[in-house]
Amino acid sequence: MLGRTLREVSAALKQGQITPTELCQKCLSLIKKTKFLNAYITVSEEVALKQAEESEKRYKNGQSLGDLDGIPVAVKDNFSTSGIETTCASNMLKGYIPPYNATVVQKLLDQGALLMGKTNLDEFAMGSGSTDGVFGPVKNPWSYSKQYREKRKQNLHSKNEDSDWLITGGSSGGSAAAVSAFTCYAALGSDTGGSTRNPAAHCGLVGFKPSYGLVSRHGLIPLVNSMDVPGILTRCVDDAAIVLGALAGPDPKDSTTVHDPINKPFMLPSLADVSKLCIGIPKEYLVPELSSEVRSLWSKAADLFESEGAKVLEVSLPHTSYSIVCYHVLCTSEVASNMARFDGLQYGHRCDIDVSTEAMYAATRREGFNDVVRGRILSGNFFLLKENYENYFVKAQKVRRLIANDFVNAFNSGVDVLLTPTTLSEAVPYLEFIKEDNRTRSAQDDIFTQAVNMAGLPAVSIPVALSNQGLPIGLQFIGRAFCDQQLLTVAKWFEKQVQFPVIQLQELMDDCSAVLENEKLASVSLKQ
Amino acid sequence: MWSRLVSLGLRAPVGGRQGFTSKVDPQGSGRITAQVIEHLERLALVDFGSREAVARLEKAVAFADRLRAVDTDGVEPMESVLEDRCLYLRSDNVVEGNCADELLQNSHRVVEEYFVAPPGNISLPKLDEQEPFPHS
Repeated sequence: MLGRTLREVSAALKQGQITPTELCQKCLSLIKKTKFLNAYITVSEEVALKQAEESEKRYKNGQSLGDLDGIPVAVKDNFSTSGIETTCASNMLKGYIPPYNATVVQKLLDQGALLMGKTNLDEFAMGSGSTDGVFGPVKNPWSYSKQYREKRKQNLHSKNEDSDWLITGGSSGGSAAAVSAFTCYAALGSDTGGSTRNPAAHCGLVGFKPSYGLVSRHGLIPLVNSMDVPGILTRCVDDAAIVLGALAGPDPKDSTTVHDPINKPFMLPSLADVSKLCIGIPKEYLVPELSSEVRSLWSKAADLFESEGAKVLEVSLPHTSYSIVCYHVLCTSEVASNMARFDGLQYGHRCDIDVSTEAMYAATRREGFNDVVRGRILSGNFFLLKENYENYFVKAQKVRRLIANDFVNAFNSGVDVLLTPTTLSEAVPYLEFIKEDNRTRSAQDDIFTQAVNMAGLPAVSIPVALSNQGLPIGLQFIGRAFCDQQLLTVAKWFEKQVQFPVIQLQELMDDCSAVLENEKLASVSLKQ
Repeated sequence: MWSRLVSLGLRAPVGGRQGFTSKVDPQGSGRITAQVIEHLERLALVDFGSREAVARLEKAVAFADRLRAVDTDGVEPMESVLEDRCLYLRSDNVVEGNCADELLQNSHRVVEEYFVAPPGNISLPKLDEQEPFPHS
């Protein structure tokens, strides 16, 4: 049951094949079993069981709220959840319990979803590995998959299998690990520079970043106000569309949400007429650091579209090489501003120094933030100094416009959707990853994903195939602003063509009552 | 104004950083001088803590310098991708609030309905780059 799609489970719940409480308990027990992945910071067991009880009542009365009723989900720990600790994986907010729910969390709860817990991340969502939070790094479930382990036995004679575990990517690594290990059906992440799509690619999931302005940011602890969006991680595109349908829409509490009538329920047509599509391949994304496997998959994907009659064009995004620099400046500058609210006075950590306000603030912030966060605050403040403001911050804003225009021009040349890699390579071992510092890694890993945030466009990472080492590789589709439905439709078609394999985690699942691929369910009727 | 700053908190024993700034090589990258470091620490209310941190800032700045190569003549800065749209304004009616108790619960030091701060005798107005703390 845990390996099914959202729609299938929802149908099973409606037909009484399983109850929300049973489903909840299965997920909770799996969360306990997979604790070593460190995907969850807080497991909200009581809350989830209570929600499951209420959901069960609704199903009994035939009054289910929709496709998400009774479905276990997880939420990244930088979304505010009322009554549940929200830490952003930082000492600054350890023990902080928000008095309100983020709008997206509230929307999920209103649809009856069961909140399993808050997932781990890089501290304040700064990073591309989910390795820099105070609760420790997140381990990629694929490190323990049969597919990876078998390949490793062929290549290495090392018996010490656990020391070489792989990163999940970041910063929504906990959410990705949670979904990938079947502990929930969907998870919320946040995407500022690729933080949803990067771990999705490394964990073999669908990682969707909506258009900026489509989904409310109220309650998402902000990193970069002009680029953040809540992201969705699921195991298939249909599931992502269902979740998006629940979350999208204007919010009076977030003035950056758009009030145009784009909130139709997101039912994806099951067949796209591929021959009418025009796919763009940005040539500047073919960088030397790109691994040959990813490059070959990218090329095969383009060929696939072409063979089905679509037009596949090379396009140019000339300012691509500057986009990571521009992102770096804008991101650190906005971070410097957003992190200023953490002073220990109204919430969060507070140090013991009482000498003066300034001294208290300084010590609180030193104790509360790790090096990565402090480094970005300082860099940001540097770029915002009077003597640097024009040359760095304003300059970066101008370059941002050039980058956004690049995309507009590409789409205006008739392209519907752009196809690019998501990451440079498959997931790397943790020991390898930490050889470089956070800033360097982010600059390397965000290269294909951050330009999209600067332009505010929707994008999705789809898992395509396994590498020679048995690890997932994903490709990214980028759509026009507010054409999320079209983007997902294309992604869904593509997903069906590539048939990405299910992760085989039998060793973990052995005494779990549901065995994944071999389970024969009584036929579940799915009414479309 | 800066002379007042210099006599403040930075030289006060705020954790083990005494004498750090004097060890910094003033040549450095040319731009991250001891003066800049002090200034940044004062603005950000966050300290560098180590030479590695200063080196990281230097690298970050060198990285950002690559932007100079881009020709941005006549280009307007972009603040938001939604710049072409009108901001939605809701009607000016009070719809929620009166949650003082809930908000006070999250603070470590509270007296009646006040958040308690240490003495503000170093009561400078907030500098440009720091925003007043927003109410949630």
